[in-house]
Amino acid sequence: MALHVEDLRVYYRTLSGDVKALDGATFDVADGEIMGLAGESGCGKSTLAKSLIRLDGRMRHVGGHAVLDGEELPIWDDAAMNEFRFRNVSIVPQYAMSALNPTRKIGRMIRELLRARGVDPNAAQEELERRLELVGLEPSVLGLYPIELSGGMKQRVVMVISTLLDPSLLIADEITSALDVSTQKAVSKTLVEFRDRGFVKSMIVVTHDIAVLYQVADTILVMYAGKLAEKAPADEIVANPRHPYTRLLISSLPEVGVRYTEKELTGIPGRPPSLLTPPTGCRFRDRCPLATARCEQEPPWVEEGGRGIACWEASPAPVAATPVAATPTAAAPVAVDTRVMETQ
Amino acid sequence: MSSVPTAPLASPADPTQAEESPVAQPMSGFRETLHFALRNKKLLFGLSMTSALLLFAIIGPFIAQHAPMDYAGQLSIAPTTKGGFWFGTTLQGQDVFAQFVTGLRLAFIVGALGGGIAAIIGMVVGFTAGYRAGWVDEILNMLTNVVLVIPTFALLLVIAAYLQVRGVLMEAVFIGITSWPWAARALRAQTFSLVSRDFVDMARLSGRKSRHIIFKEIAPNMSSYLFMMFILLFGGAILIAATLDFIGLGPSNTISLGQMMQLSVQNAALQLHLWWWFLPPGLAIMAIVGSLYVMNVGLDEVFNPKLRDM
Amino acid sequence: MRRYFLRKLVVYALTFVVAVTIDWAIPHLMPGNPVLTLMGRIQIQDPKVAQEVYQHYMRAFNLDLPLWKQYYYFWVSLIHGDLGTSILQFPTPVMSIVVHAVPYTLALLVPAIALSWYAGNKFGALAARSKTLDNTLLPLGYTLTATPYMWLGILLVWVLAVIWHVFPVGFAYDPTAVRGFTWPFVSNLAYHWFLPFLSLFLVAFGGWAIGMRNMIIYELESDYAHYLGALGAPHRLVRKYAFRNAVLPQVSGLALALGAILGGALVTEIVFSYPGLGYQIYRAITNEDYFVIQGIFLFIIIGVLLANFVVDIVYLIVDPRTRIGMEGGRS
Repeated sequence: MALHVEDLRVYYRTLSGDVKALDGATFDVADGEIMGLAGESGCGKSTLAKSLIRLDGRMRHVGGHAVLDGEELPIWDDAAMNEFRFRNVSIVPQYAMSALNPTRKIGRMIRELLRARGVDPNAAQEELERRLELVGLEPSVLGLYPIELSGGMKQRVVMVISTLLDPSLLIADEITSALDVSTQKAVSKTLVEFRDRGFVKSMIVVTHDIAVLYQVADTILVMYAGKLAEKAPADEIVANPRHPYTRLLISSLPEVGVRYTEKELTGIPGRPPSLLTPPTGCRFRDRCPLATARCEQEPPWVEEGGRGIACWEASPAPVAATPVAATPTAAAPVAVDTRVMETQ
Repeated sequence: MSSVPTAPLASPADPTQAEESPVAQPMSGFRETLHFALRNKKLLFGLSMTSALLLFAIIGPFIAQHAPMDYAGQLSIAPTTKGGFWFGTTLQGQDVFAQFVTGLRLAFIVGALGGGIAAIIGMVVGFTAGYRAGWVDEILNMLTNVVLVIPTFALLLVIAAYLQVRGVLMEAVFIGITSWPWAARALRAQTFSLVSRDFVDMARLSGRKSRHIIFKEIAPNMSSYLFMMFILLFGGAILIAATLDFIGLGPSNTISLGQMMQLSVQNAALQLHLWWWFLPPGLAIMAIVGSLYVMNVGLDEVFNPKLRDM
Repeated sequence: MRRYFLRKLVVYALTFVVAVTIDWAIPHLMPGNPVLTLMGRIQIQDPKVAQEVYQHYMRAFNLDLPLWKQYYYFWVSLIHGDLGTSILQFPTPVMSIVVHAVPYTLALLVPAIALSWYAGNKFGALAARSKTLDNTLLPLGYTLTATPYMWLGILLVWVLAVIWHVFPVGFAYDPTAVRGFTWPFVSNLAYHWFLPFLSLFLVAFGGWAIGMRNMIIYELESDYAHYLGALGAPHRLVRKYAFRNAVLPQVSGLALALGAILGGALVTEIVFSYPGLGYQIYRAITNEDYFVIQGIFLFIIIGVLLANFVVDIVYLIVDPRTRIGMEGGRS
């Protein structure tokens, strides 16, 4: 098992109290697996991703742990974590385009970084150039300043740098959010290729865009309001979402070939709860069309047969009266859950 | 950077709601700003210090027992309660306290007026250059650079030297029309960064008139920045005025803090140990300008959430 | 790059013309016949000297000529290095006064600017790292930068020269000293130089230290700093980058600060009776010696423009973004 996360809790300190941004996440990512982490802004996916490599100023590790390749990641200890960063856990940040020091030539910065991390730059040079060519960049790019590169080129350089030491776990934090669709596709393909070539063992791809995940991820984990909602293999979760939130998410996606006049694009009415004082019970309760009195108690996370879910009204095992579509083909529209549509 | 993930969220179909926003957000409420403002130590310290001095400047001339220029009493006496010479007298027997509070008043006037004029010019030039861009920007930039490079102090020197009668108003105006360039530059940069922001584009797309965009969308963001600029210009004007006065180019019909220092040095107050004559003026300037600067730092923390200490 | 320099040169040339024009124009903008007003103020007793001075002024101002010709001749004499003649120290030419005063002013300015910039940057960087140092440096820095230059000078003179006789009260050297390149004389010079230098240095230091501290904090919050930290780079590497990047605006800040510290030097010289440009200007103002004022002003302008130009060149060398931006980098 490459990564095992157990009941991880990370809160943010604020003047008004603790914001329970990540309130208990338990999951595994296997070697060679690309796991997508999806959800609305503020659901805790970025917090989860960041906490695995570096807690920033106001984040506080409150409980739980993460184990990578059998070794515990000391995420609460900034100094101790340093050993693992870049080598075992690495990140391609959201701000990749401004992640390079503007006043240093790229090659020089990489060399200084490697040396500072105890890696001989000369030994890594050949591999570095090879990977640059792999992503479509000339090795001469190392002699340039960041300002001389386009946004897409910088993104690719950062991806190469972050994976240079072949980390076990790579975290890709919203790397496609600021890109146009064609670049998104190129970047997604690069991610998969890195995994296929063994540059990284496993990957967590964080995004709010499920469509991107569908192309890239093996498994998708959906989060809501700091808690896990549902987890399943990518094509299953898109074709057959079980958690009400996931179903609303999927059905709110525009479909190829369907016109607005034929079927309205729906969002999910309402807003996520405040994480400063989260409600008791299921956090999706107030927006959920399936909510019952039982939902005032927090549903447990149940895993079965490769799928996980936290919901009283749905379970991993097949339940009657839930219309399920057949296995989707690649270009087919997403299944429409008619029962969900009726309750709106 | 908003690290509190409870910002109002868009529906999943809206991908542009990113978590971070590097520049201070439009105030989500005057109340929120007030909340932080009241808790910021630097702001409170600076504000109270400045207010105390301002109060002193306003009330002082009323409680002074002598007119500042009068030869009121004994020569060169140390501070005493007798005769109301709380700050002692000068070599010519003038009441230092009276001079001090007069000078203090003048300092505030020059600061406010000079700083205000510079702020207005800087605002107009910087904003127009940033908003219009294009050749308007080029010309204004050229103008700004020219005025910036001219050593304003030397210029003021020359101008003031030729004037026979000098008043506080003229001094403030001169300072105002020569110290605006760096403010214009800063405001221009700020305008650029704001104009390219999404919410302005949104307003434009929804067909709002320019004026609406300027006042409703851009102005609130700029106002906090502009206010901080004004405070810096205020302090700067006081320093420049004091320096000019010290050289002998101060107002001819009254007494200012800089002039007090000049006269004291001219009259060998240092050698005669008449410390009450030359210490208070400089101390006052240091206190006003210093507290203004500290206030500014506090304001920066209040307006820019990124800087707020936990 | 050529375009960058061309632009700068245009600005400087324009500024120079504007400054010279203002310098020329001011006496002419004053009401009345400037010469008569001057004569009235000077009140020379000896009628023969008065007549000479009057003639000189009429020639100097070219008041018999049309305005544009007067302007033209002003430029002509400027190019010939003729800045006029001092009234107070008649018949000493202004240029001679300037030339004798400049070394003293430069002796104060150059070390003060250089050392305060260097020390300020170093201390500011240290303060950004250490909380304890920050807590002492910050208030100290703000206090210093809010202090008027002349007042600090006054304080230093009073405490260190008048009360404790550690340093001399003023002047460039002992009037009794024998001039020459001898060690006693040079050390005497240094001895008199120290307090005014210190006064300038301290105030400027405060400003630079605070500026640098703020810049470093800003840089440490930047994306590249976060990225390096996420990849486990040691603090010293991040700090090294932050420092290099934070220094850049400090370099361009030199040009901006020049005007302020120049004013500071002028008043400091007055406090210490140090015979530089400031001292001469003070005497000129007190005695209404207009040619000296005008001449020193022009000289200052030229000096400042040159200094600005040097800073521009240095900045171009030091910041790759400007260089590449000039050559049309892709972005």
